Amino acid sequence: MRAFAFLDRERTVAAPGFSRWMVPPAALCVHLCIGQAYAFSVFNLPMTRLIGITHPTAGDWKLTDLGWIFTLGIFFLGVSAAVFGRWVEEGGPRRAMFTAALCFGGGFLISAAGVYAHEIWVIYLGYGVLGGIGLGVGYISPVSTLIKWFPDRPGMATGMAIMGFGGGALIASPLSVWLMARFSTASHIGVAETFIVLGVVYLIFMMVGAAIVRTPPPGWQPAGWSPPAQAPKLVTSANVYVYRALRTPQFWLIWWVLCLNVTAGIGVLGQASAMSQEMFPGKVSAIAAAGFVGLMSLFNMAGRFLWASASDWLGRKNTYFVFFILGTILYALVPYTGRLGSVGLFVLFFLVIISMYGGGFSTLPAYLRDMFGTRYVGAIHGLLLTAWSAAGVFGPVLVNYIRAYEIAHGVPKADAYNVTMYLMAALLVVGFFCNLFITAVHERHHMAAVQGEATLAAQ
Amino acid sequence: MSTQTAGGTRVIQLILAWSFVGIPLIWGVLQTVRNALKLFH
Repeated sequence: MRAFAFLDRERTVAAPGFSRWMVPPAALCVHLCIGQAYAFSVFNLPMTRLIGITHPTAGDWKLTDLGWIFTLGIFFLGVSAAVFGRWVEEGGPRRAMFTAALCFGGGFLISAAGVYAHEIWVIYLGYGVLGGIGLGVGYISPVSTLIKWFPDRPGMATGMAIMGFGGGALIASPLSVWLMARFSTASHIGVAETFIVLGVVYLIFMMVGAAIVRTPPPGWQPAGWSPPAQAPKLVTSANVYVYRALRTPQFWLIWWVLCLNVTAGIGVLGQASAMSQEMFPGKVSAIAAAGFVGLMSLFNMAGRFLWASASDWLGRKNTYFVFFILGTILYALVPYTGRLGSVGLFVLFFLVIISMYGGGFSTLPAYLRDMFGTRYVGAIHGLLLTAWSAAGVFGPVLVNYIRAYEIAHGVPKADAYNVTMYLMAALLVVGFFCNLFITAVHERHHMAAVQGEATLAAQ
Repeated sequence: MSTQTAGGTRVIQLILAWSFVGIPLIWGVLQTVRNALKLFH
């Protein structure tokens, strides 16, 4: 008898009477934990003075060295989601969640050893590589299961899970600060102890998710619901094999839709504090800017649930049209808020923009379900997350370099972001056309039509 | 009042599962709102 047979997909099939409303908490157990990644920066400054304690000294790590931990984590998130997507899909959600828990929790424990030994490469391997793999596998692990349990509201279901990824940072940030304060003394900074506690807590929390997750029996449908007789033309009931999806124009159009939407959001997300202070000199203090960043985190999280839920009624394509049209208008108007000196309008515009940034992530799985079916949606979603990695490079680079270029050419700081805002609006116009060109996937890509390839792959 | 949904999952299981994830999430949201409001004053 195999030791880990309890992880098999067959062992996770729900018994009659199982409530599908147990599945979103299972997914949230994972996403609330891995969402910690967005809060990793709270460790940066304390880790620059592990030796000097009160201030950085010789031998202490530099911020530039520490920045690589997060970068590696996000890089391996994208890589592992793409590489392990098919394994996650075919092995079932429990195996994936269990693996993600071991990787993510284990990554923290290894990193704690790295802090004790003061060897940064151990942290690169621990949190960056192993933790990053936990992030990627964990991110896609509940997606197709939720879609199968909620065929009537797939946007809402996946929106709930991906909202958890946004919410994870809201928990991790104050929790990490509190734990570090508890473990720190006059001669010691409690980063390693905090890593150990977080590693153990996240391991347990994610294991609970793995324990309670269930897949629906074959052919299961919600009581009183049946698939619409006339499905919308973009929604398929067929399935496309994961690597076959790469050969469709729809995959690459959606790749660009995600990449452009995320580029526009991620560029300003990292610069929101500095931008608000520089566009409104004397009106927005550093403290108020920090509050603005907190509000953006909340709207990022809320947008993930609300926009994805709205997409069940609006349709996925129309929801992205809203992101691109409204986003273009708001970005184009941001420079006017600076000229008007209206902090309130500036904050309002960016809160809406950042809600659509979150919504772009959470509406994606349901869009892929509509286009490629449910069978490999998690794996296809994993492949598409490479767009996130690309946007993570494009967005901040565009904002930072254009701002630096403008200032170097004599543009006042208050106006230095104008070109960036117009460029972001232009990117969203391109995204609008990518979305416009998306049509139903041709039948020749459906699994029934490529059965030989699918069977071969399954073997 | 029925304590089961459709004869399988118990209501208490649903409450426990949602509380398990909901309480930390609400705590995190409240912390963020509290900080944001405090900072804007």
